Amino acid sequence: MPVFCGAGRIAALRMAIGQGMERLLDVRALETEQLGPLDLYLQAGELVQITGASGSGKSLLLRALADLDPSRGTVRLMARDRERIPPTDWRRQVAYVPAETAWWAETVREHFPAGWEPDQAGSWLERFSLPDEALDWEVERLSSGERQRLGLLRAFLNRPRILLLDEPTANLDLENTRRIERAVRSYLAASEAGALWVSHDTLQRGRLGGRVLEIRDRRLVA
Amino acid sequence: MSVISLSALDLALAALLVLALAGLTLWARLAVGRSLLIASVRTVLQLLLVGLVLQTLFDHAQLGWVALMAGVMLLIAGYEVMARQERRFAGIWGYGIGTATMFVSAFAVTVLALTTMVGPTPWWEPQYAIPLLGMLLGNTMTGIALGLDRLTQAVWRERRVIEGRLALGDSWLCATSTMRREAARSGLMPTINAMAAAGVVSLPGMMTGQILAGVAPVEAVKYQILIMFLIAAGTGFGALGAVWLASVRLFDQRSRLRLDRLHPGRR
Repeated sequence: MPVFCGAGRIAALRMAIGQGMERLLDVRALETEQLGPLDLYLQAGELVQITGASGSGKSLLLRALADLDPSRGTVRLMARDRERIPPTDWRRQVAYVPAETAWWAETVREHFPAGWEPDQAGSWLERFSLPDEALDWEVERLSSGERQRLGLLRAFLNRPRILLLDEPTANLDLENTRRIERAVRSYLAASEAGALWVSHDTLQRGRLGGRVLEIRDRRLVA
Repeated sequence: MSVISLSALDLALAALLVLALAGLTLWARLAVGRSLLIASVRTVLQLLLVGLVLQTLFDHAQLGWVALMAGVMLLIAGYEVMARQERRFAGIWGYGIGTATMFVSAFAVTVLALTTMVGPTPWWEPQYAIPLLGMLLGNTMTGIALGLDRLTQAVWRERRVIEGRLALGDSWLCATSTMRREAARSGLMPTINAMAAAGVVSLPGMMTGQILAGVAPVEAVKYQILIMFLIAAGTGFGALGAVWLASVRLFDQRSRLRLDRLHPGRR
């Protein structure tokens, strides 16, 4: 049976009118084996930072929200229950970007979602300070900075409403770090999206601003 | 056209060859002499035992006994499939996937062959049913074990890529398509190779046996062709089914990759 990969449509969820406008993402009593129960919300355009000791479960929180790990509790995106949204749609809307992005094909463009728009990709390339040819670069030859920027760009093309960023600038030099920070900020502003940013770089914490939540003993504390 | 019966002396002469080999390995300190001897003794005992069982079965040809024998063969083959997995499924699935797909493919093909192609009376005549089923089970077992092992290993190795693709909104089918294809192919390869080499590189065992028993070569060849096709079908459908079931089991209803459903690797 042939499988058409990535053939799903890239559709922006309509904002439910009247309710949930103030809460883009609303998480109640989220619980996994290692985390929770914990509550969390994100507003449109908001960036919330997640910190915590290593092993405290920062990545696990993001993975649970992206529905990559099983979890209990209610998770709502624009007032719609996660269970009512098919998993592929959910993960396009709630985009998890790991510290090391995965690549499986030969060139960069083969990793883009079906139906991606060249104009959109072009404008993001520019904002990430990458040339247009970057789409045809071989993945094997990417530097870690290019890899991380293109990994983020690839996720942006799905037009997610929530970005779950798991130390996206770990192991990057300051210049690349700043590029990614600026790009995420402009994405949030342009798409009215929200982001959870896991980081333990204190300087970055100051630059990014916004609420900072810490995971301690399975819970989130301000 | 009768078989030359082998005497105990004939077998003892062949055993002397093995003893000589064991002596040589002992002298060369290969440290396999012991296992060679144990394996030889096992061959003698196991085959004598199965010979007795088959003789009894042929003498008391009843559907119930044939079914019991077939069931025992299936359960042992299912265990073999499970034992050959480096990362097998936890719980009943570890045993169930291989056994269920072998039951469907090997049993179905055997029954089909007995009722429509070979056509002994009654159709479950043990002289035909048991060897036919044995050959099918033996081959589907290998194909299913290879396919399952390749799938779980590949998914384990590529888990970052699979989850990366899921995170970008790919379906689980899409995220595992190369691995599923590779696994199905590796399950089928031994059979395809055996068919391609049949008669040119190797004289298949069953054909050789029939010729030794005095059957005309052309008759033996016809049986061998039939068996080869049955094996190809049984192994192919079995391996495809097992790979499909296993990949379904690797994901849950929210398309999450559930490697926790596999036992940790051995070795």
